[in-house]
Amino acid sequence: MNAVLRTRDLRMTYGRGAGLVHALEGVDLEVAPGETVAVMGPSGCGKSTLLQLLGGLQRSSRGEVWVDGRRIDGLGERALARLRQGTIGFVFQAFHLLDELTAVENVELPALLAGRSPSVARRRAVQLLDRVGLTEQSGRLPAALSGGERQRVAIARALSNGPLIVLADEPTGNLDSASTADVLRLLDGLRSEGQTQVIVTHDARVAATADRLISMRDGVFVEETRLTHGTGGRLSQLAGLEG
Amino acid sequence: MGRALLIFRLAARDLRRRPGQAALLLVAIASATTTLTLGLVLQGAGQKPYQSTRAATAGPDVVLGLAPQPGTTVDPADLRKLVSEPGVTASSGPFPYTEKVVTVGGFSVHAWLQGRDTNTAAVDRPALSAGQWTRPGGVVLEAGFAESIGAGVGDRIDIGGRRFTVSGIAVIAASGPYPKTGFSPIFYGDAKPPLPAPGGDPGPALGAPPPDGFYLGPAGLIWLTEADTRALAGPSTLAYLLNLKLADPAAAPAFAATHIFVTEQAVLAPATWQDLEVINGWVLRNKQFSLMLGSSLLVLVAVASIVVLVGGRMADQVHRVGLLKAVGATPALVAAVLLAEHLAIALAAGGVGLTAGRLLAPLLSDPGAGLLGRAGPPPFTMGTVAVVAAVALGIATLATFVPAIRAARINTIQALAGTVRPPRRNARLIALSARLPVALLLGLRIAARRPRRTWLGVFAVAVAITGIVASLSARANRLVEAAPGVDPRVAMTQGLLVISVMLAVQATVNAICVVWATTLDTRHAAALARALGATPGQVSAGLSAAQLLPALGGALLGVAGGLGLAQVLDDDALAVPPLWQLGAVVLGTALVIVVCTAMPARIGASRPAGEVLRAA
Repeated sequence: MNAVLRTRDLRMTYGRGAGLVHALEGVDLEVAPGETVAVMGPSGCGKSTLLQLLGGLQRSSRGEVWVDGRRIDGLGERALARLRQGTIGFVFQAFHLLDELTAVENVELPALLAGRSPSVARRRAVQLLDRVGLTEQSGRLPAALSGGERQRVAIARALSNGPLIVLADEPTGNLDSASTADVLRLLDGLRSEGQTQVIVTHDARVAATADRLISMRDGVFVEETRLTHGTGGRLSQLAGLEG
Repeated sequence: MGRALLIFRLAARDLRRRPGQAALLLVAIASATTTLTLGLVLQGAGQKPYQSTRAATAGPDVVLGLAPQPGTTVDPADLRKLVSEPGVTASSGPFPYTEKVVTVGGFSVHAWLQGRDTNTAAVDRPALSAGQWTRPGGVVLEAGFAESIGAGVGDRIDIGGRRFTVSGIAVIAASGPYPKTGFSPIFYGDAKPPLPAPGGDPGPALGAPPPDGFYLGPAGLIWLTEADTRALAGPSTLAYLLNLKLADPAAAPAFAATHIFVTEQAVLAPATWQDLEVINGWVLRNKQFSLMLGSSLLVLVAVASIVVLVGGRMADQVHRVGLLKAVGATPALVAAVLLAEHLAIALAAGGVGLTAGRLLAPLLSDPGAGLLGRAGPPPFTMGTVAVVAAVALGIATLATFVPAIRAARINTIQALAGTVRPPRRNARLIALSARLPVALLLGLRIAARRPRRTWLGVFAVAVAITGIVASLSARANRLVEAAPGVDPRVAMTQGLLVISVMLAVQATVNAICVVWATTLDTRHAAALARALGATPGQVSAGLSAAQLLPALGGALLGVAGGLGLAQVLDDDALAVPPLWQLGAVVLGTALVIVVCTAMPARIGASRPAGEVLRAA
């Protein structure tokens, strides 16, 4: 497999002495182009840490992380920033929208940080908001949006620079059922379009949108399931995505 | 009692947890209280050395100089008549005097030459501080003059082409200090009002067109024998001086007003002891005035710093406030803890200011060699302690009151969730910043998130630079009129130097407060920007730009404000400091801001973004 994302013996520890915590203990992962991988597990099992290491938001204690054929665990902050600009898009559980920016201003921000012209960034942001069904809300501040709308804005923002990989951390963790369904449809749509995604979740409905499901416990992968069409279909049904 | 103890414990623990913040607050308030203490301690210090010199030298109540107009001569008998005027109780003179250029110690400088064969008289007895009184070929220099030009007993001095030896040094209360020495035809202001306005330069003022032969600018005072004086004077530059004691010294201005005259033949210009006291105390009084003004500016900057600091602490402590309220603390208790912390720091800063002011005062209270003794810092009065303590507590209360009340009113749930202070939105700036490079984009947006803090930063820099530029301008003015040697008016600017240093310290403290508060406040936004692709360098530069742009605006406002303040305060024409000095002030401001910002910005930007976002 020509993996777009790969880790080898990835380890992460926090603290020291008696307070030492092993968040990840030798994780090996490969994600193929266009594949959607869901990582499930209970709180504190290391899912979010894994996602942050994949995106270069944290540095691992040991092990390797490869993105698009390039090893990133030893890169400097500047190089990691460039990587995040063009290769990786993040979706966070807490949305992390800037409160003082409108929806469209939040979505265009990554493009501006990447040096795109204001008009190009704005055009792209408008298109993305249209795609996530928030054209009407583009001029609203986050405080005036529902939780689901905020997460859709965050997904649009993650797509702003056309990333190779979208990393989503509990994208429905803060949402009610109706909003969850909206976000799931969106993620499922991205999967259908061939967008590589790694989604960390403890929600089975989110996992249903994936091609592969990895279960995690105490910092290690304990089970891996490839979701066939049938399985995916049943889970999609369960999630209310069909029809 | 239990409640007070609880407040004390909570305040003490919080102070221990944040020693850096407590130190910043202490420095901010202490710099204001130090300057205020100096101003208060020096108040009235200028009069004491003059009065002791006047007592020791039997200083006159009125000095009358009769000078000829060009081409004429004057008769000392006209002066002698005044001795029998009502109210006159004692006199000395008339003594001959003239004015010449003298060369001594490498300086060529104008000097008034007074003929005195002896320094014993009923009125005006110059007190020798070194050497002997005049003799043929031997002259005595006024002490302030001698010190300024670096002359001492035994030195050779050239007066009008003749060589003399300095035989002694003496002090006197019957003239102004070097270079403000002068006799008729110089007028010490008008008889109405007899005293110059406080804070202004009282003279010598030119009351009439100068007759040929007399130089009316900066000059020193030299005593010679009467014969030498007459020999050196030309026919129309031989004038006479009469010293009078009055039965009622307070009536000296009225006496002077009735005897002043300018005719085609002569000029009679009186100087009262009140005029001379003002002139002799001018340097110290100006130091005191500038220190009081400086302390006012420092109080303003201190308030701005503390408002920022307290606001930043509030943002940082909002969760703690929520916790306190959640476990049953009343709003009043929360406010009381904050107030108690800052009042404790203010009291400590008051003590630091009083001590530092007391230690620094002797350095600024030197009245000059022309007067006997030193002003010396007077012992602390309860009034001084009370004023300094009140100002320190007032600053802390003023700056803490609103945030403390706000903290007390915070909704507990919002506080626990940390959603109390949403950032401000400025649509125009956001749109404008989209067209700028990433660092400026981030910088403008960071500055716009907290406009009140940004304006406080602008205000603090503007006030500090106003004081510094006004000081530079005052120094430039003194340099424009500087007399040869060490002009005490230029040396006076050491008081301004103290203020400038204090203001610079205060502005730096303010910058650190603003940077600290901004760094805390933008932790999340900065981490998010990095997660979205901004480099640490861009985030650091953005944080620096957020401080630098307002600071530069404040510096430019301060330059204009400082020149304006100097113009308002100084009677003389405005002297603009050299451009390099103004440029250095603006660039120095930028440098200080960059240095203050660089470290916290770098630390903030180097912390893993994921860690920050996870904590949010």
